[in-house]
Amino acid sequence: MRSARRNVVRRRGTGLASIWRYVLAGVGLAALLAGVLAIVYLTAPQSAQLAGPDVARTKKTDNGLYVANFVPERGVVRQGELESWLLTLKTKTGDAVEGAAIAISGGMPQHNHGLPTSPQVTDYLGEGRYRIEGLKFTMSGWWQLRFAISSGAGSDTVLFNVVL
Amino acid sequence: MRRLFCSLALTVAAIVAGCGKPDFSDAEKKTIASLALNTLPPLKPDTTNRFADVPAAAALGSTLFFDAGMSRDGTVSCSTCHKIDRQFQDDLPQAVGVGRTNRRSMPLAGVARDPWFFWDGRRDSLWAQALTPLENPLEQAGNRTAYAHYMKARFGERYERIFGPLPDFSGIPQNASPLGTDAERAAWNAMSDTQRDAINRVYANIGKAIAAFERSIEPAPTRFDRFALDLATGAEPKGDAAFSREEILGLKLFIGKANCVTCHNGPRFTDNGFHNTGVPPVADLPPDRGRVDAVAQVEADPFNCFGAYRDGDVSACGELRFMVKDAPELVRAYKTPSLRGAATRPPYMHAGQFSSLDEVVVHYAKAAPSVEGTSEIHPLELSDRERAALVAFLKTLAE
Ligand code: HEC
Ligand code: HEC
Repeated sequence: MRSARRNVVRRRGTGLASIWRYVLAGVGLAALLAGVLAIVYLTAPQSAQLAGPDVARTKKTDNGLYVANFVPERGVVRQGELESWLLTLKTKTGDAVEGAAIAISGGMPQHNHGLPTSPQVTDYLGEGRYRIEGLKFTMSGWWQLRFAISSGAGSDTVLFNVVL
Repeated sequence: MRRLFCSLALTVAAIVAGCGKPDFSDAEKKTIASLALNTLPPLKPDTTNRFADVPAAAALGSTLFFDAGMSRDGTVSCSTCHKIDRQFQDDLPQAVGVGRTNRRSMPLAGVARDPWFFWDGRRDSLWAQALTPLENPLEQAGNRTAYAHYMKARFGERYERIFGPLPDFSGIPQNASPLGTDAERAAWNAMSDTQRDAINRVYANIGKAIAAFERSIEPAPTRFDRFALDLATGAEPKGDAAFSREEILGLKLFIGKANCVTCHNGPRFTDNGFHNTGVPPVADLPPDRGRVDAVAQVEADPFNCFGAYRDGDVSACGELRFMVKDAPELVRAYKTPSLRGAATRPPYMHAGQFSSLDEVVVHYAKAAPSVEGTSEIHPLELSDRERAALVAFLKTLAE
């Protein structure tokens, strides 16, 4: 920095032409810098989060027996708090699924840990809607929730991704 | 024109030299903001303790917290191990009360915000927690009826003004408890159900008063918080809010490559969860399996959220209701401690296994496997400079 300033002082008053030379040099430097930054940026490791898991809230179950919809009961997800979510189950033909047995598991695939709580179905609200209580997302990142569903229509599984 | 040139040269020089404002990505900025103390929400009411926010209860609780009369031999109080001028801990690898315990005393700043208490979370409320050391033979070593008699004799009037009339003490033995010596247990079993319930109620109220006091123990803003606030508002960090290059590197590692923020997140630097991090056991202590053994204990505790001594309704008991009861990851899992103030209170971990932050960081970098269960920590490639930077950053949480 100091040497740059000394340069300026020494070359004081050498005329317009030399100022243009500086501008040119400045532009050159800036271009070089942009190039370096671009390389750093482009070669940075791409994390899975950039691609992003499928966070659809409505999905067909793995064997296509049901259509499941999974949403937070209050609309928003709050990190670190016990929450209740609604799982709505319809058959392929759009009928509400009643009396389903639902097992819930999950975790964070990038951190090798399971859920910090054991959420359960606590209520059937009619029209295929099941209340699931005791969900807690203790950190931001990619969470997975797996549902094993079994009813008169058969047994099937579905996985939802939740990204915080 | 010359001024233009100067500023251009200065900018280039600044970028090349790496000085000037720290540059963080938007994602990093978001994470840093989420760690700052100003994002700590107000303390929620504790409906299981209707005295939680009653000032007279907190005042009585404070008296009890510092009162060595609250122990078998009159020498130990909560403050023996939770020292007010030492972040409410004692600087020892394992706490010493009436005897030497097997775990390290935990600092108490912000503890009222936790869902689980102790390193293994074997209690589910602050007031139920307070009842445990009182009867632990290695800590305060007292017994339930002795504490009830003591309350009547020393604090009868104060107690009754807060909690209502004390029970009839006629026929209540001096020393009796379901957890005490053989004689104390026999005396407890000889009491009527009504008597036992009356004593349990006085005992629970002792816990509720102490918990009301503990709710006032909150973390204080640190250099990191001042830095984070300036970063969020775009202000130039001034004075001690400015971070050195090493501290900035440490912060970037903490929230980035070193993955610390996975578990140490939010304004208290804890996810309130339990994790096996491969911390080795201490050779001469009894086996300690952490969370996996605490599940049955909290379920059996008569003062837990489902028990008869809870105020308010059962909707407050979600944590207990939806607790993970059997999962392999509970083996040797311990509660993620807050890292606020950690730099000035070695030793570290649940039994004081490490005596410095350098040792802690070496432990995380090596990620040795756990003696039992599976460690969630993965080895890190950290240079000496990066390890020192992590420690430098942790120190900003204690200044
Ligand atoms: C002999 C020392 C000692 C005494 C006396 C003592 N404690 Fe502790 N305290 C500890 C230790 C050790 C732990 C961690 C124990 C464990 O995990 O098993 C602890 C844990 C706690 C915790 C849990 C903190 C957390 O983050 O989970 C609280 C709250 C607490 N003590 C409050 C109290 C109160 C209130 C009293 C008095 C009624 C008290 N302690 C008496 C040593 C002591
Ligand atoms: C998988 C979750 C997890 C991750 C990731 C993690 N920690 Fe921890 N940390 C914990 C747990 C759990 C403990 C307590 C372990 C014990 O006592 O056995 C702890 C303890 C500590 C302590 C000791 C605090 C005290 O009061 O004893 C420090 C310091 C610490 N961690 C810093 C870090 C740093 C720095 C990183 C990143 C390199 C990190 N942690 C990554 C969960 C984690």
